[in-house]
Amino acid sequence: MKLMTRLLGAVAISASSLTAVPAFAEGGTLVIATTQAPRHLNGAVQSGIATGVPSAQIFASPLRYDENWEPQPYLAESWEMAADGMSLTLNLVAGATFHDGKPVTSEDVAFSIMATKENHPFKSMFAPVEAIETPDAQTAIIRLSQPHPALLLALSPALAPIMPKHIYGDGQDIKSHPANSTPIGSGPFMLDEFKAGELVALKKNPDFFIEGRPKLDEILIRIIKDPSALLIAMENSDADMYPFMAGSQEIRRLEKAEHLEITDEGYAGIGPINWLAFNTKSEKLSDVRVRQAIAYAVDRDFVTKALHRGVSQQQRGPIIESSPYFTDAIAPYDVDLDKANALMADAGFGDGMDLTIDYIPGPKEQQQSIAEYLKSQFKKIGINLTVRAAPDFPTWAGRVGGHDFELTMDIVFNWGDPVIGVHRTYLCSNIRKGVIWSNTQQYCNEKVDELLNAAAVELDTDKRAALYKEFQEIIGQDVPLYTINALPYHTAYDKKLKNVPTGIWGTMHPMDTVEWSE
Amino acid sequence: MGMSFLLRRLSYGLLLMLGVVVLNFFLIRLAPGDPAVVIAGDMGGATEEILESIREEYGLNKPVLTQLWIYISGVAQGDLGDSFFFNQPVAKLIGERISPTILLVITAQLLSIMLGVVLGVLAARKPNGVMSAFVSVFSTIGYAVPVFWTGIMLIILFASTFPVFPVEGMQSIKLRNAGFFTQALDIAHHLVLPAFTLAIIYLAQYARLSRASMLEVLSSDYIRTARAKGASEGTVLFKHALRNAALPILTVAGLQFGNLISGALLVETVFNWPGMGRLAFDSILRRDYPTIMGVLFFASMMVVVANLITDISYRWADPRLRGRT
Repeated sequence: MKLMTRLLGAVAISASSLTAVPAFAEGGTLVIATTQAPRHLNGAVQSGIATGVPSAQIFASPLRYDENWEPQPYLAESWEMAADGMSLTLNLVAGATFHDGKPVTSEDVAFSIMATKENHPFKSMFAPVEAIETPDAQTAIIRLSQPHPALLLALSPALAPIMPKHIYGDGQDIKSHPANSTPIGSGPFMLDEFKAGELVALKKNPDFFIEGRPKLDEILIRIIKDPSALLIAMENSDADMYPFMAGSQEIRRLEKAEHLEITDEGYAGIGPINWLAFNTKSEKLSDVRVRQAIAYAVDRDFVTKALHRGVSQQQRGPIIESSPYFTDAIAPYDVDLDKANALMADAGFGDGMDLTIDYIPGPKEQQQSIAEYLKSQFKKIGINLTVRAAPDFPTWAGRVGGHDFELTMDIVFNWGDPVIGVHRTYLCSNIRKGVIWSNTQQYCNEKVDELLNAAAVELDTDKRAALYKEFQEIIGQDVPLYTINALPYHTAYDKKLKNVPTGIWGTMHPMDTVEWSE
Repeated sequence: MGMSFLLRRLSYGLLLMLGVVVLNFFLIRLAPGDPAVVIAGDMGGATEEILESIREEYGLNKPVLTQLWIYISGVAQGDLGDSFFFNQPVAKLIGERISPTILLVITAQLLSIMLGVVLGVLAARKPNGVMSAFVSVFSTIGYAVPVFWTGIMLIILFASTFPVFPVEGMQSIKLRNAGFFTQALDIAHHLVLPAFTLAIIYLAQYARLSRASMLEVLSSDYIRTARAKGASEGTVLFKHALRNAALPILTVAGLQFGNLISGALLVETVFNWPGMGRLAFDSILRRDYPTIMGVLFFASMMVVVANLITDISYRWADPRLRGRT
């Protein structure tokens, strides 16, 4: 026993002394912790934050965005939209190279945008792109079939990684290309190691085309599936940054750590909305009065202040409130149980009804907790609500994608421009059985289609905003879904970090200016 | 111990593996949810065309029996297929994780056997003594407490109250480029809590088992004879008694190996240990059939090999069995 005790003690003492060793020099390594595992690292064929964060470091894109939604030069040092909106000319920076030393040319830009158009799940991003001309190595002219106001935003790092044609253009399917796990880009960081489900190690690109950048030597993205373990890692400084943190308990807990700073900036482009969706083809929910009655029964204030402990913001419509296209003219549906009961009676459900609600398993506070709150709240308007749990995401996605639901909680991102992330939920043409995050509500309104299609080609910002205003007002009346709150994404980071990305894409933005202070 | 014995055991093992593969193949497909929808969901949504191309790419649109045949043919040639989720060979994913799992399982096994046997022997010396009572109580508690609960309690204890041991992961990521010795110490440091958590339930069993076994052996005539001949207490306990008392422990150790691996799945998840258990857990949630099948295949193989080693060592320890097949 003594021997064993000594051995264990020796291991413990030796190892605990390791923690006293300065882990890294200032300006060296940034450890980002996340619960989400990327399938691979190529954002050209995969959306989502898990791939988006490393992809934006590995691949450069034509443009990047600041916190005011303004495009900034990146691989394109300048650009010009034709007066008729039918083409965009990109003038590429000279001297940019991929990590393998080959130059970045307009051929690579043309190849990447067309490949993204073909393979990325957001079809609307580049749908109007007809062709890309490359009159010389530094010039790419994107020809459009119709004006496309979302085009500039779609050229962001999160959505338009520029891939080397000499690697990805070998004829293999890009969605499953082996190079997606060993990518070569022209971004500020190069892949050092990708251990699926565990670690993405990125090292500084010494030949990055922006002089003096990146500041860091290394970014390590560590996947820690258990949120509690992740919080401990942050508290113990085993990790330096935790983006996309949405749990109120997590946020409140890390706020107490003296060495950490917490911010909710950096998520305007993502626009994550938590909502209650209706199957409008369901016999009970096809009547708009029932949907309106339900909307009048939901107390957003209670959800954001009590259930989410004040960390989340109310969301009053389909376009995230931080977007320039949001309108506050949308019907607010402040809690009014009398009105709700009257609407239920008008719809012929004065004696009440039975309904079932689904929710995405996982983000409990945003989904299950609200579903359970609704159960008690709906009793007040005569609805006997059954909360149907799904053991895992595939089960939930199967039910909702297959239109086998009545009500469901859901989380959907706006992805910067309404054309990319909003239209898909409301267009009649996007009712696709079996496809999750399509128009699973099966809502169809010709006027809405008309407005969205007009907004998709309107280059004048004010006119576009007017079209979206009318769209939001109709959605407010028709209530195919009821938006509750914006997901309270926060980033926790070490106070010694400087220039933490807080632009519209947050950490899905090149972190070439991030550095450690003294 | 003849060659025929080995061949017979190996052929049993192969048949068992085939059964495991077929059974797992059908069981996994009984779970609701389409892997293509999961992949599409992770991509951020998809069109029907993309969904169909995913199904085509992974052979999900083929008849189930055809899929089974393709899978078995692949396994026979050493190809476990590609992960639906990571689009990487399953063998590579398992290869990256098998060492952490083996390290955890073997450490826990050795820890539980060594500590368990020592506790059992000490308890058997004085059946009515304090140590014996302690072993009985400890065994009951250790056996009754779920492994994940122990893990969580240890995390709470060592995360805040006594922050001596790391509570998650296998390595301090900031030391990933450090020298071999530093990394080895770092891994040993991270191993303490998960290995102890996994060991504790089996430690309790071995303590109880070796206590009972030793009590039986210590009342034998030959022990009385050894003592009468003036042998020291240590010689009596460890040379004469323990070797005979070890036979049931050896048997149980082999049989428990499968349980130990399934326990590792929970421990790995609780402690974020980067082994096969966590890969299996995540893959189930993702409906990543080839990865689940691959992990189960490897886990089954480890159990079959462990049982084979047990059979062989049992024969080594007990000469009476050597003539039997």
